[in-house]
Parts: sequence; structure tokens; C-alpha cells
Amino acid sequence: MNHAYVNWIGYRTLMRKELTRILRIWGQTIVPPAITMSLYFIIFGNLIGRRIGDMGGFDYMQFIVPGLVMMAVIQNSYGNMVSSFFGAKFGRHIEELLISPLPNWVILLGYLSGAVTRGLMVGVVVTIVALFFTEIQVHNWLVTLSVVILTAIVFGLAGMVNAIFAQKFDDIAIIPTFVLTPLTYLGGVFYSVSLLPSVWQTVSAVNPILYMVNAFRYGMLGVSDVPLLTSYLIIVGFIIFLGGICLWLLHKGFGLRS
Amino acid sequence: MLALDIRNLKKTYKNGVEALRGVSLQVERGDFFALLGPNGAGKSTLIGIISSLVNPTSGQVTICGHDLNANRAEAMASIGLVPQELNFNQFERPLDIISHQAGYYGIPRKLALERAEYYLRQLALWDKHDKPSRTLSGGMKRRLMIARAMVNKPELLILDEPTAGVDIEIRRSMWAFLNEINAQGTTVILTTHYLEEAENMCRNVAIIDHGNIVENTDIKTLLGKLDVETFVLDLCHPIEQIPQSEGIQFYLRDATTLEASLPKERSLNTLFAALAEHRVEVLSMRNKSNRLEELFMRLVDNGQGKRETAE
Repeated sequence: MNHAYVNWIGYRTLMRKELTRILRIWGQTIVPPAITMSLYFIIFGNLIGRRIGDMGGFDYMQFIVPGLVMMAVIQNSYGNMVSSFFGAKFGRHIEELLISPLPNWVILLGYLSGAVTRGLMVGVVVTIVALFFTEIQVHNWLVTLSVVILTAIVFGLAGMVNAIFAQKFDDIAIIPTFVLTPLTYLGGVFYSVSLLPSVWQTVSAVNPILYMVNAFRYGMLGVSDVPLLTSYLIIVGFIIFLGGICLWLLHKGFGLRS
Repeated sequence: MLALDIRNLKKTYKNGVEALRGVSLQVERGDFFALLGPNGAGKSTLIGIISSLVNPTSGQVTICGHDLNANRAEAMASIGLVPQELNFNQFERPLDIISHQAGYYGIPRKLALERAEYYLRQLALWDKHDKPSRTLSGGMKRRLMIARAMVNKPELLILDEPTAGVDIEIRRSMWAFLNEINAQGTTVILTTHYLEEAENMCRNVAIIDHGNIVENTDIKTLLGKLDVETFVLDLCHPIEQIPQSEGIQFYLRDATTLEASLPKERSLNTLFAALAEHRVEVLSMRNKSNRLEELFMRLVDNGQGKRETAE
């Protein structure tokens, strides 16, 4: 048995299955974020933004584009993983994978690729929507692409942890509602943290999403509230930490095997 | 060579239920093997461990020569599983379900699609291959799970009550398919509550109860243990008096239905001679219950004790 070959075919199959799912339910996966972000652009960028003026040396609409793209990527990479994996667990068709020869890391990689793909697809759609409202520039392509991909990986992994622990559908809504959304809104999507009083700047410094949003904003606009290296270290640190947890949970069969 | 070799397998769940208490079981390659037991006896736990869905507490499982712990990938590549409960994505099409499953076993896309088509045709599901699987009937869904389990051409196919709730026509077509793949060399392990199914199809049998194997032999030897057989006789004319004959016990169910129990060593001619002597004319006769069922009821406690529901 050629393990590498089996794993490769298995990974491609999982990837195809995830992609098919994303495209089959495009009305739930691609369209809603495009509509939501359009509303953000209209309300915050266009109507309110006009009164705000410049931020970080850019007009307000340009300033919030990286933040909103990143917000869409975070929500959708997380949402894809948690709904797809928990759905498979709830419907018991995760057993198709658990009884197969595929090792846990291939299963994780397959689902993660699906999560990152949806995150990036939605990111591209939101960027296209943004083009209707403002000009978009890319200061550094390498930083822009690496940060968006690494951030999608972080939240794909976080979604997997949530899905493994979840027992019912309510459990997969709690984290996005009570943790992810507040952290994203307070992560400098709509403002520069330099505007905050020093106490709140310190509080914001423990919010990991702040580093991701700012690193992405640096990639697009060349401005950031935090050092780029710190952002990369935090993102990679989260990937190692969450990836390790996912593999350990899958190895133990937590919530999957009796 | 053994298709399945289980040594001293134990499973205690977190809630303290001992589902398996040191099960040892060997199944030869090419066998058609029945695993029988009442609800909660430990059948599904045993199948769960073999298919790596349940972690054992201790013991060893070897599938087609591959140790489940040391060579999990090889062991899992050797088996196909048809579970008791439906466990496929009801929103996917049958063709996708089977071709995806093939992919998880390292079968390239083109071959996966060919095999999916072959098994969907074999199980009379091809005309539904592109319909959402939730629209299939109950029998079709069961056949879909058999097709899915076959797509990696397993050496050992395990079916956990595959014919439960399936009408007789579909059940017979499933039996024909299983007999065919067994004749081609696939080892089949079947759990079922239809004991005539086990009697008709399987060569060897193990009966599990309270997490222990209480019987493990071939069907013929097991049936040889049956010392008394009971027949139901439909009579041509009503009778009032019960016939008397040495060694045969009669029971009049109603005026035209008579039950006769006779020891295995006595021939049926003895029974008919006794009936003729009493001028009782028989229209038709049948076994009161399946022979294996009678033995099964003797071997297990028939739910008298409080059964722990581990499955």
C-alpha cells in the first residue's frame, strides 16, 4: 500500500467534496457576505465615512476595505469549517472518513483547505464589491496574500476545534456570536487603535484579530498600528497551537469515536 | 488464513458499562459468518471496534493479517462496513457518495466513477445515481450503503443488520448479491435479527450475550444441538380429542390446528403413523419457529436479566 498516494488521492477527494459543497449552496456561502459587506460599504464607508474624513492617511472608505475583507475571510473560513465538519458529525457521514485508511492529518488538511478556499473566495468577492465604492491599492502583494491565507488557516483550525466539541447546532453559533464577532469589531476593522485612549489600546493589544487586520492593512495600504513581525509571530503561533489541538482531538477521537 | 482475528477484546464505556468482556473470535477467509445476539449484547460495539469507530479498552484485533493498532491504514483498507444506521450525506447524490468513498481509499477519480457505476448497477440503483440521496426509499438507502462499502473491493465485508426494515423482495436481492460476492472470495460477517437469514446464508455463527461469546461454531453443528422440533399441523377436519403417542407431545391450538413436538432422533414417519392411527388428516405443516431461533432463545437469557444497553 502506497500511503503517500492514498493520502494524496484522499486529500484531493476531500477538497473536491468541500468545493462542491461550497458551490452547491452558493446562496448560503458566497452571496450573504457580499450583501452584508455591500451594506457596510454603503453605511459606514459612504454615508458615515464622508463625515469622518481621513484615517491613517487614507480616506475612510479606503481605510476600512482591508478590515472588511479580513472580517469576511475570518467569518467564512471559520463558518465553513464549523458547519461542514459539524454537519458531517451530526449526520454521521464523518464515519466515511473515520473508517477509511486516511490518517487524521489528511482529514484535517482536507477540511482546512475547504475552509481556506471559501474564506478566499468570499475575500475576492468582497474585494470586487469594494471596487464599486473606492479605488483599491496593494502596497505589498506578498504580505497581503500570506496574511490572508494564514489568517484563514487560523480560523479554519479554530472552527474545527469548535465543531469537534459541539454537540448540537446551538454550540456552533455561540463562538461566532459571542467571541468572533466582538473580537473582529474591536480588532481595528473600522478604526485605528491609535484613536483609542491608552487603556483601551492596551486592552486591544491582547486581541489577536487586531494583528491580523493590521498586517493585512499593511499589505494593502502600507500602514499598520502594530509591528508586522509581531503579527506574523502571533498568526503562526496560533496555527501551531490550534493545529496541534485539532490533531490531538482527532487522535483521541474526542466527540467522534466512542 | 484468517480474515478476522480478535483476542481478548474488552470495552468498558465511560459510564461504566462493560460492553465486551474479553471476546475472542476468529473468522476464516471466504467465510459467511453470522454474529448474533440480542439488543445490547455487544454486537455493535464489536463491529465499532473492528471498524475503528470505537476505541477498545484492551485486546487485539487483526484484520486480514494487519494489526489494527500497528497497521491501521492497511487494516482499514481491507474492510467494508455497512452500518446499522444511515450514515451518508442525504444532500449528496449516490454517485458522489460512492465515488468520494472510493477516493478516501486512494482510488483515482476515473476508476472511482467506474466502480461507483458498476456497484450502483449491481444493486439496481443506477437510475437514481444523480438524484439527491434523501429522495431514495429506505431499501434503496440500505443498498446504497452496501454499494459504498464495496467500492474499495474489501476482503472483509461487515454488515450490521443490513436487511432490517427492508421488504422481502429487496431482502432477497440483497441476499443474492451477498452470496455472489462471497462466492467471489469476499469474507462476509453479518449481524441480523432475522435468524432464518443467518441459517440460510451463513456457514459459521457466533452468539454474543452480555459482552461474551456464548457459542461459536458452524451452523450445522449448532442446529445439531436442537433435540426437539415443534411442527404446526393444519388439519383437514376439526378434531376434539388430542391424539396420544409415545414420545410425541401434542397440543391442540384450535379445532383444526395441532402442534406436535417430537425428539430429533424420531422420524416424521412416526408422527404421521400416530396421526393416521387416530384418523387425523393433515392439510399442511410447518415449523413452529425457526430452528436457529429456538436455539438462540436457549443460549441467551431472553432479556430476563436487566440488559445493559451499550449499543
